[in-house]
Amino acid sequence: MSDANDTLSPTESELRVRAGAKSRTISVDYLARVEGEGALFVKTRGDVVEDVKLKIFEPPRFFEAFLRGRLASEAPDITARICGICPVAYQMSSSHAIERSLGIAITPTIRALRRLLYCGEWIESHGLHVYMLHAPDFLGYTDVMSLAKAFPDVVRGGLFLKKTGNEILRVLGGREIHPINIRVGGFYKLPTVTELASLREPLLRARDHALATVRWVSGFPFPDVQRDYDFVSLRHPDEYPLNEGMLVSSSGLCIHPSEFEQHFGESHVEHSNALHAFRRSDGAAYLVGPLARYNLCGDKLPTIAQQAARDAKLPVRCLNPFQSIIVRAVELVFACDEALRIISDYRADGPPFVSAAYEACEGAAITCAPRGLLYQRYRLDADGTIAECKIVPPTSQNQRTIEDDLRAVVAANIRLPTAELTARCEQTIRNHDPCISCATHFLRLEIEDDAKRQQDT
Amino acid sequence: MKASPVPKIAVWKFASCDGCQLSLLDCEDELLQLAELVHIANFLEASSRVESGPYDVSLVEGSITTEHDRERILEVRRQSKYLIAIGACATSGGIQALRNGASVEDFIRQVYAHPEYISTLRDSTPMSAHVSVDYELYGCPINKTQLLEVISALLQGRKPRVFSHSVCVDCKLRGTPCLTVTRGLTCLGPVTHAGCEALCPSYGRGCFGCYGPKESSNPSSLVSHLHEHLGVPFVELRRLLSSFTTQAAPFVEARKRFPPGT
Repeated sequence: MSDANDTLSPTESELRVRAGAKSRTISVDYLARVEGEGALFVKTRGDVVEDVKLKIFEPPRFFEAFLRGRLASEAPDITARICGICPVAYQMSSSHAIERSLGIAITPTIRALRRLLYCGEWIESHGLHVYMLHAPDFLGYTDVMSLAKAFPDVVRGGLFLKKTGNEILRVLGGREIHPINIRVGGFYKLPTVTELASLREPLLRARDHALATVRWVSGFPFPDVQRDYDFVSLRHPDEYPLNEGMLVSSSGLCIHPSEFEQHFGESHVEHSNALHAFRRSDGAAYLVGPLARYNLCGDKLPTIAQQAARDAKLPVRCLNPFQSIIVRAVELVFACDEALRIISDYRADGPPFVSAAYEACEGAAITCAPRGLLYQRYRLDADGTIAECKIVPPTSQNQRTIEDDLRAVVAANIRLPTAELTARCEQTIRNHDPCISCATHFLRLEIEDDAKRQQDT
Repeated sequence: MKASPVPKIAVWKFASCDGCQLSLLDCEDELLQLAELVHIANFLEASSRVESGPYDVSLVEGSITTEHDRERILEVRRQSKYLIAIGACATSGGIQALRNGASVEDFIRQVYAHPEYISTLRDSTPMSAHVSVDYELYGCPINKTQLLEVISALLQGRKPRVFSHSVCVDCKLRGTPCLTVTRGLTCLGPVTHAGCEALCPSYGRGCFGCYGPKESSNPSSLVSHLHEHLGVPFVELRRLLSSFTTQAAPFVEARKRFPPGT
């Protein structure tokens, strides 16, 4: 942390005092335990929060630009490189979008295996976030290594859970990070029934660990915060959403994923290399991710996950962002249970992939990344080269909501000492598991406070 | 190379997807033990406890794409006894090096509404273009077993046992029938650095080169062969050599040998 007011010249500071203005600045140059790098700026004047900026100055990598001219078949492998933590999400949204463009209909077997693959990514990603990034905040530890000293068995269970998710990715995708067995239309090779059956025993144990995770995290101390979010998620009539569904919101929207851009826009603000998403109807922020899915689709969770939520006293309508850690744990139960169901039904029938001839076309798709919905749209030339594409990752959609959360949290805790307020702000950001690598990445915290400076000098 | 008894390790991120440093957190069975053997002094993705340098070992992920990062890597080098570049971005500039040679201004305009807010260098470059690098571990992403081997070798003061042969050799070791010979598939296995355990061919897919060129490889010869014997168009072969390690010298050379129009 550094005091940004050092930069104020005495004259400026005198002027502020004369005007009766008192503001506070704290800065954390690099926010820890998030995927990617970023900064935060908070400015208060007296008891008023004047400005909040979640700054993302992760170097831009221009995926949408260099995808132009590449073959559509390369999109799953290239877009995977946007994020090492959720490559499957990029592979799924790009595959579905291109399949929709070309009119490819996948087989029920491929559909089930894609859900299984996604379950693997959810388990790996939620396991990482719950145990390594978020839980240390609630219990006052700096990292999972120190947490493991205090809670060895719990952490071992968490690591096993995460490892099991990675094992699904390895068996079905070839490797955990940037799986190689995924292609437009399906897979290069279907797994054998025996290969998938090998996942059954670890998944049964992982599901028990997931249930234990729900119990463990529901006992954490939660700040009493209720936020009035507009939740946005996919919703499917028969299942908890992963690859398919209508796009719905708590404010009553129900549209086909291909209509996304008509209802949601992106703006480019100076303090972020990630574009800010907003509702076109009124320019307001919205929230995607586990909390949105749970609130909009909780009734589609399997019985075991619904029961775990009830036992943990997680309300059906959960508006406390700090409780997103319980929701992630509930989704861990779902993902383990769903993976077990798919494995027991698996027959390895049909072709590994479905193909179609290239033609000039356009299509879009949304799938559910662990952090929320991931939109991709492709326009292809007749020879299958990508003429144009658009990618809207979950974190850029949540940026403004995270800023709104911070504004609320700082306002409610404005009397807290700087160190505690800073920690609370960082935790507030982690509630939404921002993946700045996806959105681009670089996060930093500054809170301005002239009043504090008066005392210090 | 040999570091102090309990080496102080730092992990740094530059322009990247996070996947290579995630490999360390994906060592679920070894992570806690590793944390006993080394002192993880700066690993921002995993810990909010950050200690200042100097460090015995710095693991560096990502490529250099901004002026700020160009200065930051110099400081990391100054603070580090050993600097290890991990992954395709740190060793070759990564997939984002596809911008090199293109108009960055055009790229920015395609992605961002306000180009004036974006600060970026013309090229994406590997660590070795800016500082001396003590060891390079290839892969997009790296193999976590190899990462643990490099760290172990460092702890034991020996050379890492990381093979430098091609993916092609690993296929023979695994007993995977050659996809080019038996199925006529395009495969970069003969020129690609080993490390993935010849994964793609075992899934019936030709190697697409995510570990980059092996030392003393001859991609031009492979390009001629695939074109003459399998009829693969040059445009497709050029594209294959322009992906995760697009700026690796042997791949750049091969593309020059067969420019558009050949």
